Amino acid sequence: IMCASAKYNTRGPALIPRMKTKHRIYYITLFSIVLLGLIATGMFQFWPHSIESSSDWTVEKRSVHDVPVVKLPADSPIPERGDLSCRMHTCFDVYRCGFNPKNKIKVYIYSLKKYVDEYGTSVSNTISREYNELLTAISDSEFYTDDVNRACLFVPSIDVLNQNVLRIKETAQALAQLSRWDRGTNHLLFNMLPGGPPDYNTALDVPRDRALLAGGGFSTWTYRQGYDVSIPVYSPLSGEVDLPERGPGPRRYFLLSSQMALHPEYQSELEALQAENGESVLILDKCTNLSDGVPAVRKRCYKNQVFDYPQVLQESMFCVVLRGARLGQAVLSDVLQAGCVPVIIADSYILPFSEVLDWKRASVVIPEEKMPEMYSILQSIPQRQIEEMQRQARWFWEAYFRSMKAIALATLQIINDRIYPYAAISYEEWNDPPAVKWSSVSNPLFLPLIPPQSQGFTAIVLTYDRVESLFRVITEVSKVPSLSKLLVVWNNQNKNPPEDSLWPKIRVPLKVVRTAENKLSNRFFPYDEIETEAVLAIDDDIIMLTSDELQFGYEVWREFPDRLVGYPGRLHLWDHEMSKWKYESEWTNEVSMVLTGAAFYHKYFNYLYTYKMPGDIKNWVDAHMNCEDIAMNFLVANVTGKSVIKVTPRKKFKCPECTAIDGLSLDQTHMVERSECINKFASVFGTMPLKVVEHRADPVLYKDDFPEKLKSFPNIGSL
Amino acid sequence: RKADAQRNWPRWMDRPLLKNFADPEELQRDGDPSPLSPRERRAAWLSIYKNSRCRMETCFDFSRCKKNGFKVFTYPRERDQPISESYGKILTSIERSRYYTPDPEAACLFILSIDTLDRDHLSAQYVRNVDEKIRGFPLWNGGRNHLIFNLYSGTWPNYTEDLGFDIGQAILAKASFDTESFRPGFDISIPLFPRDHPQRGGERGWLYQDSIPPKKKYLLVFKGKRYLTGIGSGTRNALHHIHNGKDIISLTTCKHGKDWEKHKDTRCDKDNVDYEKFDYQELLRNSTFCIVPRGRRLGSFRFLEALQAACIPVLLSDGWELPFAEAIDWGKAAVVGSERLLLQIPSAIRCIHPERVLAFQQQTQFLWDAYFSSVDKIVHTTLEIIKDRLARHRSRSRFLWNTLPGGLLVLPDFSTHPGDFPFYYLQQGSSPSEKFTAFIRVVSQAGSLSQPILRLIQAVSGSQYCAQILVLWSCEKPPPPSGKWPQTTVPLTIIQGRRKLSDRFFPYTAIQTDAVLSLDEHTSLSTSEVDFAFVVWRSFPERIVGFPTQSHFWDPEQGRWGYTSQWTNELSIVLTTAAFYHRYYHSLFTEYLPAGLRELVDGLAACEDILMNVLVTAVTKLPPIKVTQRKQHKDTVPQQVKGTAGAADSRHFSQQQDCLNQLVDWFGYMPLVSSQLRLDPVLFKDQVSVLRKKYPRLEK
Repeated sequence: IMCASAKYNTRGPALIPRMKTKHRIYYITLFSIVLLGLIATGMFQFWPHSIESSSDWTVEKRSVHDVPVVKLPADSPIPERGDLSCRMHTCFDVYRCGFNPKNKIKVYIYSLKKYVDEYGTSVSNTISREYNELLTAISDSEFYTDDVNRACLFVPSIDVLNQNVLRIKETAQALAQLSRWDRGTNHLLFNMLPGGPPDYNTALDVPRDRALLAGGGFSTWTYRQGYDVSIPVYSPLSGEVDLPERGPGPRRYFLLSSQMALHPEYQSELEALQAENGESVLILDKCTNLSDGVPAVRKRCYKNQVFDYPQVLQESMFCVVLRGARLGQAVLSDVLQAGCVPVIIADSYILPFSEVLDWKRASVVIPEEKMPEMYSILQSIPQRQIEEMQRQARWFWEAYFRSMKAIALATLQIINDRIYPYAAISYEEWNDPPAVKWSSVSNPLFLPLIPPQSQGFTAIVLTYDRVESLFRVITEVSKVPSLSKLLVVWNNQNKNPPEDSLWPKIRVPLKVVRTAENKLSNRFFPYDEIETEAVLAIDDDIIMLTSDELQFGYEVWREFPDRLVGYPGRLHLWDHEMSKWKYESEWTNEVSMVLTGAAFYHKYFNYLYTYKMPGDIKNWVDAHMNCEDIAMNFLVANVTGKSVIKVTPRKKFKCPECTAIDGLSLDQTHMVERSECINKFASVFGTMPLKVVEHRADPVLYKDDFPEKLKSFPNIGSL
Repeated sequence: RKADAQRNWPRWMDRPLLKNFADPEELQRDGDPSPLSPRERRAAWLSIYKNSRCRMETCFDFSRCKKNGFKVFTYPRERDQPISESYGKILTSIERSRYYTPDPEAACLFILSIDTLDRDHLSAQYVRNVDEKIRGFPLWNGGRNHLIFNLYSGTWPNYTEDLGFDIGQAILAKASFDTESFRPGFDISIPLFPRDHPQRGGERGWLYQDSIPPKKKYLLVFKGKRYLTGIGSGTRNALHHIHNGKDIISLTTCKHGKDWEKHKDTRCDKDNVDYEKFDYQELLRNSTFCIVPRGRRLGSFRFLEALQAACIPVLLSDGWELPFAEAIDWGKAAVVGSERLLLQIPSAIRCIHPERVLAFQQQTQFLWDAYFSSVDKIVHTTLEIIKDRLARHRSRSRFLWNTLPGGLLVLPDFSTHPGDFPFYYLQQGSSPSEKFTAFIRVVSQAGSLSQPILRLIQAVSGSQYCAQILVLWSCEKPPPPSGKWPQTTVPLTIIQGRRKLSDRFFPYTAIQTDAVLSLDEHTSLSTSEVDFAFVVWRSFPERIVGFPTQSHFWDPEQGRWGYTSQWTNELSIVLTTAAFYHRYYHSLFTEYLPAGLRELVDGLAACEDILMNVLVTAVTKLPPIKVTQRKQHKDTVPQQVKGTAGAADSRHFSQQQDCLNQLVDWFGYMPLVSSQLRLDPVLFKDQVSVLRKKYPRLEK
């Protein structure tokens, strides 16, 4: 508290440069007013409840005109103007927000009052339609609290969206008497039209002390980065006009300008562009002779041609958004809605929600001085990129511009992300349109790493009761140099595993895990015993793989640690006759799956399989005792977007896919069931994530005419 | 009061009657009645928004960068003016860069030769009378278009942001930047880096594998000084509160400065004992999160140390403008805590999901390697951020900065559209184009077309994926007239080369497909080989996919790198005489590498191949991919070095060794990575009827 104004002075012009000359006197007065204010608000602390309860809030059907009236004495305190150096850590009281498991800030809204001056004249319009919508949205959101004592953020119901209709001093006085004002700490004001004639300040002129400002039209000199929030200027046309989304692509015009009353200097620059580039540029203006009753806001004219606004915006690839008196323009919202790429010409303008939105993906910003080069700059943008920008522009509108609700919630989310940064919404969530979110993948193992060979792998053998075969597998696998541990998952609850002394003696630790239920998903559980990243899943009857083949498989996995690396490959095919997917195990030239009867993969996927498998797939697999491998293939392909790697040549596997349903041979029923799995999983995933490839991995010198003894993996492909 | 407690914002019955916040027409015609025209307003800004309120549009002369592009001039070093090791590295980085110009007339950006890194006037490195010196520079021009580097400003007790001289309109690239004095979009916050930070290359990060859940001994650690008084003591003094002796280790010592005992409190003795029990490096290596609190200044060495160690930084440094925050999204790699909420940190980070922890860890490693691991990277990140401001429509989006392989390796002059690069297909949900451009280099002096090249053109044009054939004619004699060239189903274009070896990687505009098939006139390939290799490449569009390979190794006897084209079990180089790769690598080769490297390649035999492989591997960190090739006649088998090889051959070979070592020197490390595998068709050499095989010809 002690030196806010002194600070202001030493730091030079703060929010409002033109106030500079009046500094001293102004601040001395302000300071004394604030002192008075502090005393006054201190007294108010004892009163607010009596004031609030004077109105009857329980009645739902009420008019905005029936709200309590608050009279503001002429000498009631005015907040300080605002401190340009405010940041979250200096002016915001985080202790009010506290730690909470949901990581959500609590927002309180002051009840609506009508403010009048000493003479009973009202200070402003009570509330605008838009501000009412905004407060309704906050009130309906998860952020809302009706308990002022638990609130972290306070939103006054005093409507300051448009400075033009405000009485500045009185509005400030109204703010200062709010029950929890406390110098504006943790108070959030929404303003879309700041400043006033003649020089239109780029931030709200109402003195507001430490309050945060969600403002439309900030410049880099008034915007307090990381404190204020830059918001759009809402266009009421958003709610009125339904512009169906138009697919991206070429449009009738290349460049269009639709703003009225542009500065003549801009106007002549635009006309010069039109003169140079002809009909691909359309410069619209206000219509001069419209018949009565036609709203001027819904028409634009070029010479004698009349166009519907905002529909005409959909006819152009690029649409100019020039600054007017203010930096923020409602036309930006219309342009985005039309899926037209905004060309923003407003030096020093802070774009809406720029803290989180990547405007380079949706707009072109051109310095005012470069207006003459605008056409050639735009032409240098590749067509594919323009199309993405069109899509992106429309998405920004849909998500963040289309309603006061969207604007309010985005603003609160931004503030929320600052307070709980470890739970913040990611760049992708803010910026990727749904279509991209849907079709893109973000690989959880995205860092290109080749894990060190030294760690080795853990072999996991799922077994029921084929002890003899199991012991052979253990003996064979133990010969692989990089094996570091062997884990037997004993899936038989009716029978104990053999005594310790009967197990093969091998050079690495061997552990037996007993399961509670005979489920296939036990094979993919992320057991604590797995200490390596690499896991080799191997059935208890896979004895035909040589040590070289297994070791080579591990080396291949090291080069592709985010993939399933396995031996027998399988394929899914689209059956045109039946219009569904079909499972294929024949000798094909393509693979899209590997069987997990013998496959290396990252332990991470055990974690995913166990905890993140979509839908009811896991239960389905356990109930049917089949297809856990197909499910794993789907899961990995879906999360990485990558294909499997099949290693080494085909060999005679003893029906590896029937181990789970012992006794059944590779017959028609089995194939039908596997096909069903693919169709089921594809519908749960909502897509077919499997990738088809035509390659497999062999050692570099495989089958090359070269002495076998010099090859690293000579024993590959023996039958 | 109870009644008050349950209410939401009322549904006003007259809400349909409410007025709009602004008159619709007034909203649309936000006419500018200001007495100043736009041009006058911009002129007025120039005089108002200077120095401490500088922005690019008011303090930077863009016109200087127009004619020659983004060129950086460094003032000549003065002999009587010693500079610190760190500043020397910064200047070296710039002088080695592709942006360097020795001509101040051509320059867009100027760097002083006066060492401004340490502006603590108690420091030995402090340069006096900077103001005076600067005023003597005719190029200074009020600091316009100058870039000033600084690591330390201010001194005990306040450590202010003051540099002790007037920087005027110069851009300040400073460590420990405070958001209050930071001029957004103008200044650049850089990390504090130690004196022995490598010039180039740089150590890799410590994360060797992804683990989930993170298998580290500790959750959160700190070991450092506790200030008993003065700035920063508030935070450092509280750190011991979160120590639990189990998974959270937070150790402080009072021992620092000469007179610490004067201020010593009751904790000090016990703290000092505990402090010695743990090793800093050991903690760094074994913890998931590392507290990075402010020191006297906002930034600390700890920040980069934690980043390298994949110990997720938990920042407790309020008001710190994070390094390169204009480009880097720190929310993906660090927990930006609040000094005031220290006590909430343990519970907050315990709630972070293991997948997110894993993503954080990987991101620390990516950022470390992309922007921080050497002085070169720090300097180039600074320069690229400034360059991006010069033409905003040709600049990197945040996506490009924060996704592998990082902004420095993505050239906006090539494209700003992610789909044009080989790196982002998966994130974009797209795939590379389905056609390729065959690019054949001809250097033989015959002047007529040989049999091999005719066969090659036939084979390549027979591929269903071939879009066009480009012939780079690099001979003295002019190419044969069009009638002499074989008739092909795809367009064939001849490009006249400048007869330089690096020509083959020039980004010719004629190359419009994503994939390039690079060939030599002597290459022998069949249509099936081409088809198969292309299909494989589409699965690995960021890598080089090709046929003949070589392998590098460390020769301990000679103490240098060597490599061999003999049959080996490994490979790390795919020869570009028969290889697919993304066309972007032509741009990277020609635009990203400094001219000096290309000259080196032009002067040495068969070095361009290696440089291309080194470059691509440096970008992807992954080895190239070898695909299977038919058995070749002896003469087309990649040249084997035998004892009987001729003198010319061995000179050629030793030149190559030399080439590799020079490249390693320039990159600062050995980027090549080995692979042990080859990709074959699924049924390759399997005992199945040839009729069932898609690529039977590969087996002949």
